[in-house]
Amino acid sequence: MQEITTPNTHHAPAAHPSVIHKMPRVHYLNANYGWRSWLFTVDHKRIGILYLVSITFYFVLGGIYATLIRLELATPQGDLLKAETYNKFFTQHGIIMVFFFLIPSIPAVLGNFLIPIMIGARDVAFPKLNLASWYIFNLGGFFMLYAVINGGVDTGWTFYTPYSSQFALGNVAPAALGIFIAGFSSILTGLNFIVTIHAMRAPGMTWFRLPLFVWALYATAIIQILGTPVIAITLAAVGLERLLHLGIFDPAYGGDPVLFQHLFWFYSHPAVYIMVLPAMGVVSELVANMTRKRIFGYTFVAFASIAIAVFGFMVWGHHMFVSGQGMYAGMIFSFLSFALSIPSAIKVFNWTATLYKGSISYDTPMLYAFGFVGLFTIGGLTGLFLAAMGLDVHVTDTYFVIAHFHYIMVGGALMAYLGGLHFWWPKLAGRMYPEGWGRLSALIVFVGFNLTFFPQFLLGYAGMPRRYHAYPEEYQVLNVMSSAGASILAVGLAFPIIYLIWSMRYGPVASANPWGAIGLEWTTSSPPPTENFDHSPVVTWEAYGFRPLEESEVVGQMTPDDRPA
Amino acid sequence: MKFEVRQFKRRAFSVLFLLQPFIPEQASTVAGHVDRFYYFMVAISVLLAAAVALLEIYFAIKYRRRAPDEIPRQILGSIKLESLVVVFLFILFTGMFVWGTSLYFTLYRPPREAMEIYVVGKQWMFLFQHPEGAREINELHVPVGRRVKLVMTSQDVIHSFFVPAFRVKSDMLPGRERYTTVWFEATKPGRYRIFCAEYCGTEHSSMGGWATVMEPSEYQAWLTKAGSAAATGMAGGGAGQTMAATGESLFQSLGCANCHSGSALAQCPALTGIFGKTVKLQNGQTATVDESYLRESILNPKAKVVAGYEPVMPAYQNVVSEEQTQQLIAYIRTLAAPKTPSGSGSPEAVSPKK
Repeated sequence: MQEITTPNTHHAPAAHPSVIHKMPRVHYLNANYGWRSWLFTVDHKRIGILYLVSITFYFVLGGIYATLIRLELATPQGDLLKAETYNKFFTQHGIIMVFFFLIPSIPAVLGNFLIPIMIGARDVAFPKLNLASWYIFNLGGFFMLYAVINGGVDTGWTFYTPYSSQFALGNVAPAALGIFIAGFSSILTGLNFIVTIHAMRAPGMTWFRLPLFVWALYATAIIQILGTPVIAITLAAVGLERLLHLGIFDPAYGGDPVLFQHLFWFYSHPAVYIMVLPAMGVVSELVANMTRKRIFGYTFVAFASIAIAVFGFMVWGHHMFVSGQGMYAGMIFSFLSFALSIPSAIKVFNWTATLYKGSISYDTPMLYAFGFVGLFTIGGLTGLFLAAMGLDVHVTDTYFVIAHFHYIMVGGALMAYLGGLHFWWPKLAGRMYPEGWGRLSALIVFVGFNLTFFPQFLLGYAGMPRRYHAYPEEYQVLNVMSSAGASILAVGLAFPIIYLIWSMRYGPVASANPWGAIGLEWTTSSPPPTENFDHSPVVTWEAYGFRPLEESEVVGQMTPDDRPA
Repeated sequence: MKFEVRQFKRRAFSVLFLLQPFIPEQASTVAGHVDRFYYFMVAISVLLAAAVALLEIYFAIKYRRRAPDEIPRQILGSIKLESLVVVFLFILFTGMFVWGTSLYFTLYRPPREAMEIYVVGKQWMFLFQHPEGAREINELHVPVGRRVKLVMTSQDVIHSFFVPAFRVKSDMLPGRERYTTVWFEATKPGRYRIFCAEYCGTEHSSMGGWATVMEPSEYQAWLTKAGSAAATGMAGGGAGQTMAATGESLFQSLGCANCHSGSALAQCPALTGIFGKTVKLQNGQTATVDESYLRESILNPKAKVVAGYEPVMPAYQNVVSEEQTQQLIAYIRTLAAPKTPSGSGSPEAVSPKK
């Protein structure tokens, strides 16, 4: 049923909404039935769907905590929740959203589903390991949920010592164990991707023909493999210290509490790039395909991902300008942080430049891409405030920081995840989502998000510290605005969950390539067969090759021959 | 040309004035500097974000898809343009870095001449000790127009001392390695909020209080009154004594004087005149005798033993509290320069009682 099997098109097929498409008779979703066919599957696409189910559960759970936090903060007094309960809720919101939603979101769902198809492979390099990583993830989730049900954990997602190792109310060890275990799923996913991308590319799929999404996930995988072990040993040390009083971080036993912060941020700053690099990869795909243009400066965007992954490991100290870190150490971290923002800025520049003379669609995925670029820009620029040491002193540990990282993680990573989910939904589900609802909720999410988090910048500079259960009355107006925005955001995020589920049964059947996009995933049927392609593809065209290179316009000195082969 | 620049400036500032209601009161010498830098950063950010947003909107409208099967001409990229952007950003960011870093050094490098106040954080309160003997909880009285250096530690978890009106913040670390310090000079009498900015447990959000900035004469009057109140007030406090005097009686009662007698046969180094000096350590390194070194040497004396002495002193970690440690240090400081004030407090308040 495939429309094109050897997909060397200089001219992408356009979307014809009026045509009624037929699904292939056999595809990965109906190839076999029964719970065993899912729980013991080694098909990377089914594993992606398993992850989708798991992380949606965690996303809803984390969202419930966020709702309760914003409800509490609508009034200055701590009247809805007890202080202890509030502290547990923001902790669990953070742990769940960071470790059990954002970090696995794009790599484990979209990455698992797409990478083998995008490079023309039948599956990932280690399919069984891939399935194992999903079980490991859920085992980690089990311990984390145990900590929650057993009374909750109140350390903050940052687990700062000696609070976590000696003073916290309880359940630190199971929560740390949960993150420790879930970390291995992240490592295994990264490992699988690196080997897959190196070893399993289809004939003709050279490195510089790879979609930028693959480059981004390759860069992400480097961080997953090199960074995650550090958080794993760090949290293991916290757990052991709490149980056995080892004296690694706790000064009462001769440890150094600041050492914890160094180790924690050595992973947790790069972890931000585990969340945002894949998001950038998604946005590159969306911008290119929804404007039908090759990404402006493909090589710059590709290498910017690698640069971010590598230099992201050298800036962790910018979380510690007021933590008693040496001034000169701080200076170096500050400078490197400014330098690191350049590759991110380059990407924003290149996406914007890609729009120039494009054929820009206003469909839902593109609306999310627009939202991403705008919000990521604000998140990035406010990051400069925090990288500047003299200003960081005043705004660190205030709502300014909260606003900043939500612009990156929600405005950036979540928007891209939603955009990607809509873009590849026809491939995942074989059916289209309702476009009108899609656009409407993208708009609601954008408005709600800004109303929630923009006031928090002002709140932070006005001096309101983070993690406050009750606060002075002068901060109420901005907090009420933020809580109002959060309720709008919640509506905007609930819609896609509902209509995407609805569309799995009732949505119009999708064609193999509903967007007129370029990329191997659009050359196979929607949904793809279990083995992805009817016969192995041979790649003879460039990434985003809407037209042959010879017909392309060259600005400045960059010609096809200049690019590395 | 000049006129245009001025007009542009005025326009830019009129936008920035929208921020005014969200700027906390400026009550220290550095607050104005921090705010100026903030305005600069906001201005740059607004310009850059507006440029991105306007371009996106303009392109989105101008180049919207007009036919379903439209394929636009392809543009590969431009090394020239990319390099230009990189160079522009690098210069801009370097400027931000230089300004931000120099501001940090102003904020964080303690001035030479400053009155010192000792602070201990614990769940969930700030304890302040003035060298003159006054002690307070969650209230900090300081004179206007004088540099104040806070020498801070924590008794349990990490706390962070934050006064938005002064634009200063510093973590307070438990552990035997070092004190953290922060300094400010208040410019306006009034009451300003103190927050704990580092999450420290259940009552984190209620940890804090008020910094009261007073005219110097009022402050002196307050010190006298508060000093005598301390006599009947808080436990462990000196009876209307200076911190140094309280420290001296501790020094005697703990038996420190037995070994630190100052005689040539003593097992331990003489302490007279030691503060501020550099000493040679057993391991060949040197150490400057400051508050942090003294604290470590009291709580964990084996860490840095002075050359020529045996590590015979027991650890006082669980014997003296953080506040008592600070009192001992205040006493040892007075031994450093018995005739002149030790750079802190007023002469009559700090000099030893002998």
